[in-house]
Amino acid sequence: MAGRLKATKKMKRIMRNYYMEAKYSKYLGKKVAWITSGGPVEPLIAMGVIPVYPENHGAMIGASKMGGRLSEYAEGLGYSQDVCSYVKDDITSSITKESPIKGGLPEPDMLICSNNICGTVLKWYEIQARKFNVPLFIYDTPFVHTEFTDEARDYVNEQTKEYIRFLEKTLGKKFNYKKMNLVGKRSLHAMKLWKEVLNTAAHKPSPMTAFDAFFHLALIVTLRGKKIVITYYQSLLKELQERNKQNIGAVDNEKYRLLWDNLPIWFRMRWLSEKFASHNAALVADTYTQAWCGVIDYIDENDFLGTMGEAYTRIHLNVGVDQMADTIKGFILQYDVDGLVMHSNRSCKPYSFGQYDIQNLIKEMDIPVLMIESDMTDDRKFAESQVEARIDAFMEVIKQKRKEKSEG
Amino acid sequence: MLTLGLDIGSLTAKGVLFDNGSIVEKHLIQVGYNSKNAADKLMEELLAKASVTSSDIKKVIATGYGRNSIDFADKSVSEIICHGKGIHFLLPDIRTIIDIGGQDSKVILLDEKGTVVNFVMNDKCAAGTGRFLDVMARAMETEIQHFGELSLKGKNPSKISSVCTVFAESEIISLVAKGENREDITSGIHLSIARRIVSMVKRVGLVTPVAMSGGVALNIGVIDALQKLLKTTVKTTPLAQYGGALGAALLAQEID
Ligand code: SF4
Repeated sequence: MAGRLKATKKMKRIMRNYYMEAKYSKYLGKKVAWITSGGPVEPLIAMGVIPVYPENHGAMIGASKMGGRLSEYAEGLGYSQDVCSYVKDDITSSITKESPIKGGLPEPDMLICSNNICGTVLKWYEIQARKFNVPLFIYDTPFVHTEFTDEARDYVNEQTKEYIRFLEKTLGKKFNYKKMNLVGKRSLHAMKLWKEVLNTAAHKPSPMTAFDAFFHLALIVTLRGKKIVITYYQSLLKELQERNKQNIGAVDNEKYRLLWDNLPIWFRMRWLSEKFASHNAALVADTYTQAWCGVIDYIDENDFLGTMGEAYTRIHLNVGVDQMADTIKGFILQYDVDGLVMHSNRSCKPYSFGQYDIQNLIKEMDIPVLMIESDMTDDRKFAESQVEARIDAFMEVIKQKRKEKSEG
Repeated sequence: MLTLGLDIGSLTAKGVLFDNGSIVEKHLIQVGYNSKNAADKLMEELLAKASVTSSDIKKVIATGYGRNSIDFADKSVSEIICHGKGIHFLLPDIRTIIDIGGQDSKVILLDEKGTVVNFVMNDKCAAGTGRFLDVMARAMETEIQHFGELSLKGKNPSKISSVCTVFAESEIISLVAKGENREDITSGIHLSIARRIVSMVKRVGLVTPVAMSGGVALNIGVIDALQKLLKTTVKTTPLAQYGGALGAALLAQEID
């Protein structure tokens, strides 16, 4: 057994300190901004603002198995069952203060929302802006159906400038371009390291699983642009490379390799990882954590501000299904996987909507696809015996396929 | 070698004893709420029917929802593989199998050798499962055994648009209130479930010939509706309900 990654402990400490700092921001004379997971965080870091992610908080709520209860409360307020559970978890938690973090999230001084991940965030942040009575900045990214046009580039770059003006006005001080330069470089560096971390899973056996990636993702989401993210991923990378050198796999006796699509099912991580491991299957990669290093090529290290608009617009959830399917095909080859597991996530429409089309588009790869119907935090949307029956059948088909292949 | 295949479903439990290339005996009971008790009872009755003792049985494989509760099984295998195996034995040329179970529906694709190459299961809810038909038959106050025949008599199938079992039930109540006749409504119900299944068939890609496995294969109305929508013959066998258990017994033959 490979056991837990040593870095895990360090990560927990960093996250704890981060939330502590955010909690006591007032005493530290710092401002707090709530920001969406795909939002442009670097300018905040450059201005010394502490970014807080309700979605990361949502993941913690999910992992603590509080998601169903918190969603139910929000439904009682009149929010539809079909609203994203991150939204419902956040709205409930900001009222009742129920949270895995004592007292819930620190209250925001401003809200930064980018709709590059979905349209839901617009209404969500508007609601919270009214509740907390704080300024809201919306970074509007046009959907990239096929190509990223010059008009789109102008449009988003204009908003980058507006964003800077918003920050200057809200914080009452000039934007720090020099610091921004450094933060931009660090952010890109961190993304590259994160990519290298994920790339180690191409090794057989894989030193990490997607479940590890879901966990270690938190830093690149929350604090990219900070130095600590770089040093952390450097040490994680070293540990993984060491495992590879010694051929230590995260899953005992790894025989089958799988790719995961969509957000994790936070409240069932352990159960799922054990279930797959019992079939000697490792989920070696996923489309979700890859999203935080998928746009590296669009960023110019020496002009972060001038290129981040394009990068933030072209992320995985803001492009057409053809491109999503191409990305998935690339991962199938890179990680040499035997099957694809798609989480059809009741919460996340932009992620789940095109999944049947993607299945059709990747038919030529000739790998079995499993669809699991659930939700990332709402445990009321999970049926264990149904999911178990599907995973078992899926793994048997993969095993049979392998057998046939080896028998020629 | 005498082997036993057990298929413990959500509604019925089936057992098949297999030896020397053929079925020795088969048995079916209702499950009730305790699948473990059902399996014990099924075993007991099956053994008595076949006049064998449990020590005569060399290997046991369990399948179906209750498969993991069978402690005397040598192995548990999912229904997909078992139905594939069973139907391939009964109807060797079949390439697509449709199985409508109590809480799951599946479409299974086989290659020429009878190996499962792909499958789809209903991933949303109870729509398109055997439970749908049960609920509808009850709403129409018809015995489930006669439900299919009744549907064949419908001339202008009623339109039932909701895929949700609960909503479809209230839709039917309002159709009755509107005075639509029993046969047409029943026919509409069968077309409705068939449409759900056909969309699953399309997802794996239809390869003929097609057969139905599982208890719902005995419902002539479903077969008829599927044939109409798929525009191809849907074969079945009187042993369709035992497809999974037979497959399990066959797989048990391969254990060494
Ligand atoms: S709908 Fe999807 S992208 Fe939008 S907030 Fe919810 S999980 Fe995130």
